[in-house]
Amino acid sequence: MSNLETPENIHCTRSHEYVIVDGETGIIGITQYATEQLGEIVYVELPEVGTTIPKGEAFGTVESVKAASEIYMPVSGTISEINHRLTSEPELINDDCYNEGWIIKVADFSKEDLEEAMPMDEYLSFIEE
Amino acid sequence: MIYHNYLPNTDESRQKMLDIIGVSSQEDLFKNIPVELQKNTSLVLPESHCELEIQNRILELAQKNIWPGGYVSFLGAGCYNRYIPSVIDNILSRVEFLTAYTPYQPEISQGTLQAIYEFQTMICNLTGMDVSNASMYDGATATAEAILMSCRITKKNKTIVSRALNPETQDVIKTYLSGPDIDIITAPINEDSITDINNLFELTANKDIASIVIQVPNFLGNIEEVRKIEQIAHNAGALFVVIIDPISVGMIKPPGAYGADIVTGDGQSLGNNMMYGGPAFGFMACRQKHMRNMPGRIVGSSLDSDGNTAYTLTLQTREQHIRRDKATSNICTNHSLCALAGSIYLSIIGPKGLKEIANICFQRAHFLASKISEIEGFKIPHDNFFNEFIMILPDNLSVDVFNKEMLDRKIIPGINLNSYYHELPGAILISVTEKNKPVDLYLFLSALRELVEEYVLN
Amino acid sequence: MTKLIFEKSEQGRRGCLLPEAGVPEIDPDSAIDSSLLNEEEICLPETSELEIMRHYVELSNKNHCIEKGFYPLGSCTMKYNPKVNESICQLPRFKDLHPYLPVTFVQGTLELMYELQNFFAEITGMDKVSLQPAAGSHGEFTGMLIVKAYFKNKGEERTKVIVPDSAHGTNPASAKMCGYEILEVKSNDKGQVDIEKLEELVDDKVAAIMLTNPNTLGIFEENIQKIAEIMHKAGALLYYDGANLNAIMGIVKPGDMGFDIVHINTHKTFSTPHGGGGPGSGPVAVKDYLSDFLPVPTIDFDGESFFLKYDTPLTIGKVRSFYGNVGVLLRAYTYVLAMGKNGLKQVSMDAVLNANYLKEKLKTKFFLPYEGLCMHEFVLSGKIQKEQGVNTLGIAKRMMDFGIHPPTIYFPLIVPEAMMIEPTETESNEILDNFIEIMEQIAKEIEENPEEVLKSPHNTPVKKIDEVLAAKKPNVAYKKQ
Repeated sequence: MSNLETPENIHCTRSHEYVIVDGETGIIGITQYATEQLGEIVYVELPEVGTTIPKGEAFGTVESVKAASEIYMPVSGTISEINHRLTSEPELINDDCYNEGWIIKVADFSKEDLEEAMPMDEYLSFIEE
Repeated sequence: MIYHNYLPNTDESRQKMLDIIGVSSQEDLFKNIPVELQKNTSLVLPESHCELEIQNRILELAQKNIWPGGYVSFLGAGCYNRYIPSVIDNILSRVEFLTAYTPYQPEISQGTLQAIYEFQTMICNLTGMDVSNASMYDGATATAEAILMSCRITKKNKTIVSRALNPETQDVIKTYLSGPDIDIITAPINEDSITDINNLFELTANKDIASIVIQVPNFLGNIEEVRKIEQIAHNAGALFVVIIDPISVGMIKPPGAYGADIVTGDGQSLGNNMMYGGPAFGFMACRQKHMRNMPGRIVGSSLDSDGNTAYTLTLQTREQHIRRDKATSNICTNHSLCALAGSIYLSIIGPKGLKEIANICFQRAHFLASKISEIEGFKIPHDNFFNEFIMILPDNLSVDVFNKEMLDRKIIPGINLNSYYHELPGAILISVTEKNKPVDLYLFLSALRELVEEYVLN
Repeated sequence: MTKLIFEKSEQGRRGCLLPEAGVPEIDPDSAIDSSLLNEEEICLPETSELEIMRHYVELSNKNHCIEKGFYPLGSCTMKYNPKVNESICQLPRFKDLHPYLPVTFVQGTLELMYELQNFFAEITGMDKVSLQPAAGSHGEFTGMLIVKAYFKNKGEERTKVIVPDSAHGTNPASAKMCGYEILEVKSNDKGQVDIEKLEELVDDKVAAIMLTNPNTLGIFEENIQKIAEIMHKAGALLYYDGANLNAIMGIVKPGDMGFDIVHINTHKTFSTPHGGGGPGSGPVAVKDYLSDFLPVPTIDFDGESFFLKYDTPLTIGKVRSFYGNVGVLLRAYTYVLAMGKNGLKQVSMDAVLNANYLKEKLKTKFFLPYEGLCMHEFVLSGKIQKEQGVNTLGIAKRMMDFGIHPPTIYFPLIVPEAMMIEPTETESNEILDNFIEIMEQIAKEIEENPEEVLKSPHNTPVKKIDEVLAAKKPNVAYKKQ
């Protein structure tokens, strides 16, 4: 798979989620590396809008045919939007994980939470190991 | 060295393999096992038997069982003596179905997979649901799993089960739910021997109930007030779980028609021998929206690389071999071969046969009940039943004496209900199936009349 | 492609006829609420008897089975299923017995079950047995409920269960169903439980460890006595997953290794057929101090007759209806009689011999992650072939073209590209040599022309199946157009 263009203001976790900071909103999804490990994604379980979930807790699941992986909150926050398209087109995550394949958006998240997350170059060397 | 018809190795081939491996004896293959554990491990068991000796021993044991054909039986209560078309055993004995493993490799398991897909379709049609799994161990475990499923879906941890559920099912539910500590509330029955609606309404007041579970027809044979219970369940935000006798659907609407969310039941009636209680199979079906919370295997239809229809296990991320401790259940083995018997049975019986069998059971049961009620001293308290009903013995005829008198007349009467339901003294649950010929019913009635002479009129 | 039985249906055809009720009939709505009466027919097939036979015979031809060819499915013990077992189940004096018959009517069945309980106790080195569980995982669930009841009775609150990272998925799933939190213990470089890591995990909140021994890598846990000591010292119990019992009968007993609870898979070790995924049977055996917690009823003998024993106040209850998969147990009993005490030991010795032979021969072409003697099965990795362009799934699909059922693949999870091979004792040396030749040929094909291998299978009833489509757009029941 060719490398996708990396968006700006992206922070990644050791469990392979990302958060893109877009003003006050955080856009959350899983990294390209994670999608490659999972293979073709066939189902995404999404949380309900309005729920508040602390950092590090699972908010949903992504599934391929032979694997299921929990997705953890990279930052604490309240879910303001979910990507409804994933219900019928889960492959968006494989095809374009940083744009059309985003999973949830959170409002009013704590910027301090970002400190533990890694910028993309650091994340790339982390997965090299 | 040992020669046995199930062991093809000879001393020569064993030696050849030992040489390749580089050890001198078969015992040496076990040298990684601590020696002290290998002491005194010779087995105190019978010597090897050849097939002829096995048959002799088995026949000796079989002779110690009664010959069931020598008795007329009215035992039911969750396991039924029913007509099994000859085709079923003939197909089940095909080794391709009998000795295959779980269809994990779909390219060489299309037979089992398509049969399960057809099974799922038949169960959906019988229950009025959208999705069925590939079968469970039995009706009781399927119901316990349905309750666990209802707790996952509603995120609540209390369930209400009717006291008119088969007591075996109630026992199994209690055992299963002791694992994750889910509370069970037992809904009482009323004087009509059906679930008490008023009580049920009060029990749901807190709206913290995950599910209400009823059985139709219930264990005592009667038809529940299903629509009222459906309303109570859904008003309380609980799922409505219904256990059915699949044969009864030949006469009574499938639970999908009256708002059930999950339907379970036991498939023994569908082409499986009684076999002293097992194996048969359980079934479980649900609405589309709850599919991903279902336990057990599910087969789906797909396409192969040539574009032809092909079947495969699907939605496997729910299961233990992938999800481990986060799986919807630990269930792994289903009861595939018994479910296959069920599919073949439903294919042979067909829609008209199912109606006819249901009608035969219903008519013969009601005929027997009406004739019993004409006999002095015997009472039939309810008539709201399908093919099993309560019969109350005369006051001065105890259950033990009744059973003995009937067995002396080569009749096995129904089960004694009093051991489960203390409010029903002298109550016997009588089951009538298509195997109970009209002449059997007359035999039963004349036996009762003889007992009246002896125990009521004197 | 075989049409669905529903597509072969034509209105009015009958697969069987039924008699008249033969009694004066009443209108069903005189007894049952008329709004509940089913006016419509249920959608079921309408076919003749011959069409049904042809349909299922055609389906059966699309299955692999033991009698068709080699079936080296690791952890599943696909041994030959003797045919005398099948014929005894057809005896009316067994198959037509209702479970609520008076016990005086079923003394033969009860005697058989009682003896079988004793056989299993002897083979496993335990004291008391319940034949009730319907399957291996059901046995695990039963066993872990016994663990829970045991500690509850002692007044100890223990919340955690340890399973190795090589364990069957059923182990953590079963413990979870009993409300336990799962702790995973890592395997060491010998493929065995890492004792130091285990010691770090054990405390007074741990209820049990669940182990398979030999483990899923086919390796005997050499430190089993040490593990038992650590667990028992901490007051915890040892649970034995009997999936691999076929390796050790008459050689070593789980009871002697220090296990407190054992389940047995009769459909593996005791030759009962798998039936395309059941019914199996998963009897549970325990040491004396746990016998009060077994499910009820057990089969007992008072010196004169056999009976169902319900009087066990501390029982966990019933784990299913009635008494067990009796039809499956009959077959297991027959098998023990057939093999006898010396035969069962020879079963294990030949199973281990066959596995070691295959391992020695195959390790030249395929990567063997754990060297040394194996027990009744071993695990290879397809990582060399993966680098050449064909992963383990591709190897498995190619095997089918040779009439062989692939081994268990991608399990255990700790071996990448795993192939878990269990030949069983019922396969002859010719069959093993033939398998070796086929595996060598596949390895060669991968070296020379991996693209061609990836097109497999060619000779199967259907080609490679789109599992993504099946999971993405689930079609799990036929809808009439």
